[in-house]
Amino acid sequence: MELLKRNPAALFLKILILAGIFSAIQYMISFKILSTYYQMTLTTLCLNIILAVSLNLINGFTGQLSLGHAGFMSIGAYVSVVFTQNLDAPFLLALFMACLGAALAGLVIGIPTLRLRGDYLAIATLGFGEIIRIILYNIEAVGGAAGITGIPKLTTWPWLFGSVVLTILVINNLTNSSYGRAIVSIREDEVASELMGINIVNYKILAFIVGAMFAGLAGGLYAHFFYIIKPNTFGFMKSFDVLVMVVLGGLGSTSGAVIAAIFVTILSTVLQSFPELRMVLYAMVLIIVMIFRPQGLMGNKELSFKILRRKRGEAKK
Amino acid sequence: MLNFIQQLINGLSLGAIYALIALGYTMVYGIIKLINFAHGDIMMVGAYVGFFSITLLGTNVWVAMLFAMLTCAVLGIIIEKVAYKPLRNSTRIAALITAIGVSFFLEYIMVFLLGATQRVYPADAFPTQTYHFSGLLMTNKDIFVIASAVFLMIILQLFIKKTRTGKAMRAVSLDQDAASLMGINVNHIISVTFAIGSALAAAAGVMYGVFYGTINPLMGMVPGIKAFVAAVLGGIGIIPGAMAGGFLLGILETMVSGYGNSLFRDAAAYGVLILILLIKPTGLFGEKSGEKI
Repeated sequence: MELLKRNPAALFLKILILAGIFSAIQYMISFKILSTYYQMTLTTLCLNIILAVSLNLINGFTGQLSLGHAGFMSIGAYVSVVFTQNLDAPFLLALFMACLGAALAGLVIGIPTLRLRGDYLAIATLGFGEIIRIILYNIEAVGGAAGITGIPKLTTWPWLFGSVVLTILVINNLTNSSYGRAIVSIREDEVASELMGINIVNYKILAFIVGAMFAGLAGGLYAHFFYIIKPNTFGFMKSFDVLVMVVLGGLGSTSGAVIAAIFVTILSTVLQSFPELRMVLYAMVLIIVMIFRPQGLMGNKELSFKILRRKRGEAKK
Repeated sequence: MLNFIQQLINGLSLGAIYALIALGYTMVYGIIKLINFAHGDIMMVGAYVGFFSITLLGTNVWVAMLFAMLTCAVLGIIIEKVAYKPLRNSTRIAALITAIGVSFFLEYIMVFLLGATQRVYPADAFPTQTYHFSGLLMTNKDIFVIASAVFLMIILQLFIKKTRTGKAMRAVSLDQDAASLMGINVNHIISVTFAIGSALAAAAGVMYGVFYGTINPLMGMVPGIKAFVAAVLGGIGIIPGAMAGGFLLGILETMVSGYGNSLFRDAAAYGVLILILLIKPTGLFGEKSGEKI
């Protein structure tokens, strides 16, 4: 509501653009202009955006390097499948439970590990992610190493689009709120923000839970699009993929994460036939970006209408 | 009881490999406070250099190990100069991400160049002999791995305790600024540290190849993380700690797979890591140090 008071025209424009994108793609899907292959790429794209934006909240805004994002995604995937397949629950409920499950895992993992700093945290989250994978590997009820197959295909374009918008909206509002300011201050200087009366542990855990929750959402959507889930899909490599997007886009820029997710998805689709070359390229991107622009391509700048307006205003002068 | 001792022997061989890799982790961390994620992959490169030395040049295992150690020492120095040195004054998260990048670079450049397929380490380079001691089984590979690891560790200890360079390394790890004020060339010492750590990892790589028989470009990933766990277990930055941590972790893993479920072997290692980080982050040998603000 406040946004509406502040700038109704911009809000209206945003809604219009979103509705336009949504209906254009829905039209192309309904009339089979988009082939299955492109629909698959589109799904991957949306999932990557959700994953990148949510990991960016943890790694970029809060400055806590987490390497366990794939673990949360796997929890979301498995929980949602148990709900739709075994309990015949509606998809919405299943996705909700996926978010809840991943958020709970985030809480359980976050409370002990977020006392750690920097590299120790990275390695501990990596360890937890791997433990989740190994546990799933050993539970026969969810298929063990073979995973679950024959998952109903419930993830459609409206679900994907809605989830992406919801993720960006929630995380954007969070980072622009007083909570967000507190979170960013933790990244800048833990000691100083603690002296300002910010309970750093609580805020870190909050960021961790919200990030994990959306990873769970992505997992639920993933499972109900690709028919099959197995523990090895959600290994360390998946977390690494998402990390590349976050780093490339800018640690602490939601629009940067979105742009990088789009860019990386398209790049990996193009390089699909040369998977090892793709990984070499990813690795070089990580190294080069860190050496020459450690804050990521966008830094903590956001791409928004404000910038465009300012540019136009300057041009007029 | 016999079974227990047998597991202990198996654990010691695995632990020796972990310990050698962990030494490199701990030395680098001690000096520049960076988790060198690429360390496990340097081990992989070492294994490949050893492999080609045996198959293409027809050398024996010892010469192959020496070759691998020299090559990886140079590789370690190059990696430090190219990737880590420009980041020495940036945030730790940036350095860590770079290290992950280097790790993936090494892995996939090898996949790209050599293919992802496994290669079988030539068995005739080191024919297996089995010894029996009153019901206990021990191969010459066990002896090879444990003996060469212990030998390298003794050399390393002598180097660090007795030579001038070793003294300088200890000084730099205590306080970089003070060391450089005393006329120590810090850059030079960091290079030496990377060279020694990488050479030890390369030796571990050749041992791994001889011991397990097959190598592949992604083989460094898991032992690398395990060795890091070992380094943390012993107390990161502490050299005897890395040795002890490596052996302890090796024994723990073989015990878990011997007595419990081999599928939970990896989970046990990560579990140990998390427990150690939560209970005593400075490791078994570490001393508590206050945080400087």
